[in-house]
Amino acid sequence: MNLINFRFELDADGIALLTWDMAGRSMNVITPQVIDELEQVIDHVGAEAAITGCVITSGKQTFSGGADLSMLGAAAADYQTARQEKGEEEAARLFFESARRLSLVYRKLETCGKPFAAAINGVCLGGAFELALACHYRVVADDDKARVGLPEIKVGLFPGAGGTQRVARLMHTGDALQMLFKGEQIRPKAAKTMNLVHDVAPLGEIVGKAKAWIAAGGKGVAPWDENTFKLPSGKVFSPAGMMVWPAANAIYRRETHDNYPAAKAILHAVYEGLQLPMDLALRVEARWFAKILRSPEAAAMIRTLFVSMGELNKGARRPAHVSPAAIKRVGILGAGFMGAGIAYVTAGAGMEGVLIDRDQASADKGKAFCDQLISSQVLKGRAKGADKEALLGRIKTSADYNDLAGAELVIEAVFEDRTVKAEATRKARAAIGPDAIFASNTSTLPIGSLAEADSAPENFIGVHFFSPVEKMLLVEVILGAKTGDRALATALDYVRAIKKTPIVVNDARGFFANRCVGNYIREGHLMLLEGAPPAMIENIAKMAGMPVGPLALNDEVGLDLALKILEATKQDLGGAAIDLNQERLLKGLVVEHGRLGRKNGKGFYDYPSQGAKSLWPGLAALQPTKCDPDAIDIAEFKHRFLVVQALEAARAIEEGVVTDPREADVGSIIGFGFAPFTGGVLSYIDGMGAANFVVLCDRLRQTYGERFSPPQILIDMAKAHETFYGRFLDEARRVA
Amino acid sequence: MAEAFIYDHVRTPRGRGKSDGALHEVSSLGLATTVLRAIKDRGDLDTALVDDVILGCVDPVGEAGGDIARAAALTADYGDHVPGVQINRFCASGLDAVNFAAAQVMAGQHELTIGGGVESMSRVGLGASGGAWPVDPAIAIKSYFMPQGVSADLIATKYGFSRDDVDAYAVLSQQRAAAAWSKGYFTQSLAPVRDVNGVTLLDRDEHMRPSTDMQSLAALKPAFAMMGEQGGFDAVAIDAHPDIERVVHVHHAGNSSGIVDGAGAVLVGSAEAGRSIEKKPRAKIRAFANIGSEPAMMLTGPVDVTKKVLARAGMNIGDIDLFEVNEAFASVVLRYLQAFDLDVEKLNVNGGAIAMGHPLGATGAMLLGTALDELERSGKTTALITLCIGAGMGTATIIERV
Ligand SMILES: CC(C)(COP(=O)(O)OP(=O)(O)OC[C@H]1O[C@@H](n2cnc3c(N)ncnc32)[C@H](O)[C@@H]1OP(=O)(O)O)[C@@H](O)C(=O)NCCC(=O)NCCS
Repeated sequence: MNLINFRFELDADGIALLTWDMAGRSMNVITPQVIDELEQVIDHVGAEAAITGCVITSGKQTFSGGADLSMLGAAAADYQTARQEKGEEEAARLFFESARRLSLVYRKLETCGKPFAAAINGVCLGGAFELALACHYRVVADDDKARVGLPEIKVGLFPGAGGTQRVARLMHTGDALQMLFKGEQIRPKAAKTMNLVHDVAPLGEIVGKAKAWIAAGGKGVAPWDENTFKLPSGKVFSPAGMMVWPAANAIYRRETHDNYPAAKAILHAVYEGLQLPMDLALRVEARWFAKILRSPEAAAMIRTLFVSMGELNKGARRPAHVSPAAIKRVGILGAGFMGAGIAYVTAGAGMEGVLIDRDQASADKGKAFCDQLISSQVLKGRAKGADKEALLGRIKTSADYNDLAGAELVIEAVFEDRTVKAEATRKARAAIGPDAIFASNTSTLPIGSLAEADSAPENFIGVHFFSPVEKMLLVEVILGAKTGDRALATALDYVRAIKKTPIVVNDARGFFANRCVGNYIREGHLMLLEGAPPAMIENIAKMAGMPVGPLALNDEVGLDLALKILEATKQDLGGAAIDLNQERLLKGLVVEHGRLGRKNGKGFYDYPSQGAKSLWPGLAALQPTKCDPDAIDIAEFKHRFLVVQALEAARAIEEGVVTDPREADVGSIIGFGFAPFTGGVLSYIDGMGAANFVVLCDRLRQTYGERFSPPQILIDMAKAHETFYGRFLDEARRVA
Repeated sequence: MAEAFIYDHVRTPRGRGKSDGALHEVSSLGLATTVLRAIKDRGDLDTALVDDVILGCVDPVGEAGGDIARAAALTADYGDHVPGVQINRFCASGLDAVNFAAAQVMAGQHELTIGGGVESMSRVGLGASGGAWPVDPAIAIKSYFMPQGVSADLIATKYGFSRDDVDAYAVLSQQRAAAAWSKGYFTQSLAPVRDVNGVTLLDRDEHMRPSTDMQSLAALKPAFAMMGEQGGFDAVAIDAHPDIERVVHVHHAGNSSGIVDGAGAVLVGSAEAGRSIEKKPRAKIRAFANIGSEPAMMLTGPVDVTKKVLARAGMNIGDIDLFEVNEAFASVVLRYLQAFDLDVEKLNVNGGAIAMGHPLGATGAMLLGTALDELERSGKTTALITLCIGAGMGTATIIERV
């Protein structure tokens, strides 16, 4: 055997130990070469009479993260070439054959006659866990960091190397579907309870345990290859099956609105596979896998949620010449909801947080909020009592700006008022000195203008968090005209430390995310005024892929805030810059009816103290006309919701507010939940093609008005058959 | 084209579809045999002239499987030469069987055919035959599968029928059925079910609750709320009809069709066949139609198919004297009344499945018979019979006395 990625050792008892340890990588991944070597090992173990069985483990801290997702892009390109050269059907056949290669190798392992045991020493995900599932025995290390799971669904794929079939033969169908749908990383003990692994043992003992299992006569036959095997939930067409499948299909729609072909493929693969013997079942799974691998949804989600997100998290936009900032102490000004949340994530990442407010009591209130957050984590078993002590110990509260001394970074989250912010900036700067970085968490005020209050504007930057801070993964880092590279590097290092994803945007009204969100909400308002039933607006938005309807979202933000922003825009840019109907609607709600949103229990929805919110019946009276719901074109509404946001993103690119399509896409999904299956705001346009998008915009403009008019950049791209990624990505990479 | 006439019809009483129901001890075959034998015996029918027996059955498995129509033709002593075929269009199967029989006659290929249906829901069980529709993701997702009860609740929500509305209709059904029974309207077409010794097991509809009132119904909890919420079906309803904020669950055991056992049969033949068997035709089958309708609401097919069959027959809704619309759920009937702006006095005048039950495969044939008897009793001419159907379909038949 010629092994580069594995070490193969045979002990005196005839038990082989295969250690997966790829050179030059911190983590093992499945590559075509890995698959070839694995097959050699299987053939060897199967053929050599002297070998009793084989234990597979990893030489890294983790077991393996699974398939190399970047290799999938190449496979799709191969398919396109084959299609050109050999025609549609032959290309599809070849693609299917290559897509099932891993599955066939795993099946070979499972049926070669010799027992294989997986000794899972750490994180073992995706294709790697499918390898473990194909082994006849699995033991996982009882380690805090160890996890097993099949997270493929999160990037628009599904486990296509036997995962759906083996999981569905290990546990009840309902549980199996839930596991495959969720794609969660499972802790060792839970994995044992779920019947996914046979044993949990201390890290140092797993290989021994696995060998002992083989030595004790462990059989090289999977349960489903025994004649006596019975499916955990019985046959699909059985009373038990009837309890599972109709609901599973319905829940699929509830959770996805039928937008995620990979999730549907899981249903297909399990439903069809459970009615077949294993080899055929695997073949059917592979057919679905080949189909999903070629789906635009998978391509878009892999690019944005795996590749681009990884790149941004690793500091794609960080000025490389600035050495890493060692941030130990962070000042936070303003202990309100935002400030306290920032203190919480800061302390959670091991930094010291100095939380300042007007008086000690206000600052303490912020810390009490952090206490609530961490206590609930402890209650849920996600943190230990000691973690709580340590975290809260890192948060100092004070009303004295002098306590900021020594902070490398100060984040201001005080009231959205220029004067208040200016004063906070001056006081903080006096305490921290000219070299520390000062960041403003403003959501509405231009950074350049706020920086005027700072004596060191090159060290002034915007760091815009989303609410609730502890949950939202996006941070917009905003560059003022004078912001220097060190400020940017520090901000990015900080964002990385708190394990959030940054996007770097230039200074403009609303920055990036809120512009798109504002358009989304406005579209909801306008549909209401057109006479659409409020429920229909909310439901179609969700069917389009948005996590929350525009009216519900507006309630969260506050109707008064929406009105305030609108009035401010009107004052700054004039009446033509806003939609007067929208203003009238918001005024009616806020001023006449005192409906401010969730905060006072009255917005577009009513919020009873008990039970679920429901749309306010009074909305009907605010609609000048009503339309017949059955005459509403659902597809058109969906388009409107996504197009108004994507258009705003295109404008942001045109204006140079956003310069990197990866940031627009990643930011749109993790910042405001833009239909993830599209890959984000710009992938949505690229996926449709600029030309088609422009035609769609023109049609919408004619019916609904100028807000749908496409910016010049799109018209140019349409003419030149360009994509955002084609046009901007290389440039963005070069600048960075 | 030849014309198809109705010469006779019978039905069994409907037994409560549970293990304590009076017909639980009777097999599906026994029920089917009962009606075939009654058709033969009461009219002195020369079965040598019968060309075919078509029976609807919705769960044709186990004892009801493998072509129960042929088995019943033999056990009813129609003779070796009488073939049989079992069909399934869910809840309308019994009416479709009659329509298929009529089609054979109209096509000039058969002279005399029996159409009918049978269902022992207590013995075989609703859904026992399985099927791809609720289960296979390929069709379940595409067709917005929901249990019928959730679809019925969706119809009520969408078209604005409150709990009081559906309950009031249920009370009306019970009162009408009780009145019809007390006046003996059903007796002439009823074939009591007897044991092997000739002892009567059941000779009345067992599901009825004549004392039902708004108050007693108000005590019943919605039957499909939990299923809708926990099974994800409410969300499916909303995806199909996003104008709805939430599904209001109004149906329960008292305003849904009862689960019962029973069988029905209708003797259909050409004019020529009538002369051969020396019987006068009672009515003509004027037109029939089938349609697929919006699958999520599923049970609004009667509205669509009524429009279609009226158009085919060149008639207007006003030309129909009497309507039988299967009471699968109260909202189905209320929607029908609403869509055509109909007077409830013309519809289901002797009650329906809410009071007497809905033995799935048999109901269509029973409703047609009920309509014919009522036309004769009240001296009217034309009736339209229609049923809603799973997966979104409708079947309708127009009959006209001759
Ligand atoms: C709605 C449904 C689920 C109820 O089934 P069920 O619970 O078995 O019904 P039951 O006959 O046991 O009645 C349930 C309760 O309601 C009560 N009830 C039924 N009808 C009543 C009435 N008219 N007045 C007062 N109470 C009534 C019963 O007494 C019983 O009470 P209990 O629980 O205290 O004994 C069932 O009838 C059904 O699914 N019907 C539709 C069938 C169908 O889908 N057909 C196809 C159509 S397309």
